[in-house]
Amino acid sequence: MSHSLTVLAAGGAGEHRTLIITLFSVFVAITLGITVWAGRQTKSAEDFYAGGRSFTGFQNGLAISGDYMSAASFLGIAGAIALFGYDGFLYSIGFLVAWLVALLLVAEPLRNSGRFTMADVLAHRLAQRPVRTAAGTSTVVVSIFYLLAQMVGAGALVALLLGASGEGARRWIIVLVGLVMVLYVTIGGMKGTTWVQIVKAVLLIAGTLLITVLVLNKFDWNLSHLLGAAADKSGKGRAFLEPGLQYGKDGTSRLNFVSLGLALVLGTAGLPHILIRFYTVPTAKAARTSVNWAIGIIGAFYLMTIALGFGAAALVGSKAIVASNESGNTAAPLLAEEVGGGAGSTGGAVLLAVISAVAFATILAVVAGLTLASSASFAHDLWANVIRKGATGEREEVLTAKIAAVVIGGISIALGIFAHRLNAAALVALAFAVAASANLPTVLYSLFWKRFTTRGALWSIYGGLVSSVTLVIFSPVVSGNPKALFPGMDFDWFPLGNPGIVSIPLGFLLGWLGSLLPQEAADPKKYAELEVRSLTGYGAH
Amino acid sequence: MDSEEVAETPSPTTTPAQRPDGPPRAGIPAQPDRFLAVQASDEFGELRRAHRSFAFPLTVAFVAWYLLYVLLSNYAGGFMDTVLVGNINVALVFGLAQFLTTFLIAWWYSRHAAARIDPRAEAVKARMEAAE
Repeated sequence: MSHSLTVLAAGGAGEHRTLIITLFSVFVAITLGITVWAGRQTKSAEDFYAGGRSFTGFQNGLAISGDYMSAASFLGIAGAIALFGYDGFLYSIGFLVAWLVALLLVAEPLRNSGRFTMADVLAHRLAQRPVRTAAGTSTVVVSIFYLLAQMVGAGALVALLLGASGEGARRWIIVLVGLVMVLYVTIGGMKGTTWVQIVKAVLLIAGTLLITVLVLNKFDWNLSHLLGAAADKSGKGRAFLEPGLQYGKDGTSRLNFVSLGLALVLGTAGLPHILIRFYTVPTAKAARTSVNWAIGIIGAFYLMTIALGFGAAALVGSKAIVASNESGNTAAPLLAEEVGGGAGSTGGAVLLAVISAVAFATILAVVAGLTLASSASFAHDLWANVIRKGATGEREEVLTAKIAAVVIGGISIALGIFAHRLNAAALVALAFAVAASANLPTVLYSLFWKRFTTRGALWSIYGGLVSSVTLVIFSPVVSGNPKALFPGMDFDWFPLGNPGIVSIPLGFLLGWLGSLLPQEAADPKKYAELEVRSLTGYGAH
Repeated sequence: MDSEEVAETPSPTTTPAQRPDGPPRAGIPAQPDRFLAVQASDEFGELRRAHRSFAFPLTVAFVAWYLLYVLLSNYAGGFMDTVLVGNINVALVFGLAQFLTTFLIAWWYSRHAAARIDPRAEAVKARMEAAE
């Protein structure tokens, strides 16, 4: 199987390609059908932004899982475990534990007190125009980071399937992914996007389960055997199963590990495309149910990444994985080909095609969710309430959201074409760091701290946003090494790949400091209203 | 709906019926200090306590438990590398324990919320709606 790439590039992959294209086209056709159907029922702004608040807790739990289990999880984590063994597993754990923050502190009060976006909650008690501007800006930035990660995953997949000769095709497919996601969002709104995510979640769980069963079956259902084989094949022996292979080199990389860990656990509850999902159910109780379902589904999925990652290490081998993609993004599809019977076999071709189609579906559903979140925030927060000062009709606001979706789609297509050397999981971790630094402190302070002020919110959002993005720009992710975004340049004075350990505490600190400085006091009446509404659901939309 | 949205920040004297993100709800009489009164009531105090006294300590606990895992992975290699059986080491079991505790905390919170938070929230809400 180490010849996968050569075989594919030599043109022996005609059948794979036809099959993959067929399966993928079927998925796109079905989901576009759903989208058109959902679009017919989308009339009001509430339909477009929140799917008419008509989903059940279970449906939304599936959709949340579909929104959350991105290319980073499926391709990136499997790759990180396959290449770095145990250290890749940290992503799975952090991504899951993070849901408890959403469950215990954010989901229910947000559902009770907000309407369409994260900023709705802040606008209850703070000066509406400045906080909407700030929250809208950070929503768009976080979503674009996240979109970039998905596009990188899409690019890696195309390169695997089409070989080195596929550079032109890679661009076209990224353009295609961008176009389809814009269609989902503009035609189907939240209702269409939610159904796409539900379909995708079912497909992804089924595909992952299939590979997991096939992998475990090869090792007589003995996890210890699987780990042993992975350790042997990795050439690193026991160290492959121990922490430290990727992050244990020196003090800096250990600190980077802590930074990443913080960003993962605190980021989820600040991700705009996750937060707006809580508005698609009728009550706070249904929001709680949906998070519980999501925790169950996502937890099961991440447990299976153990089989996926170590299975790829044991059966495909890191050499073949790196040959296909330097960051390991193609470990999962390569593993599918291997457990299906190996390169050249029909079984291998079919499984590779199925898993690749599932991965494309995954990417498509997640980018649609991100596009919806950022265009909704642009239209509802920035356009309707800041620029037009509330003088828009519902129709104009939805039209603005659709135009924004087209523009954001264009931006992500352009970014996706240029960035492809980075690991998708590491990129998503950056989005988590920005979300945890810029969004989470303000959301928590607004809901639970009576002395929080507009100035505190602005300091926290802009401080968290600027510090995290600045530190990323001057980190090894962007320059100074061959895997960076700009490998030829060298301005990486910040040593950590993830800024969380600096920018998250800074976001919290600035929110606290900005509120405590004199001249502006919190309004107890407005906090009373927000607190009562958020805990009781009184007057909820 | 949106055309009626309030443009500027509502002044402190805004009635509760005028919400910063939505139109005035018909049927709610203007009662400027209504939310302050509800917030100060014993009933609401109990609701707040039922949520905070459970969610806050538990959040601190699971974040600490998770950070312990991260720090041990990082700085206590010897302990985490201890082999328990076959190729299963402490690090793997610790990681799987994080999954288990996440599932348990989610279940525990939901049980607590259904028993102690939901009934109180319903009661306060019903009382407020009855007063409209």
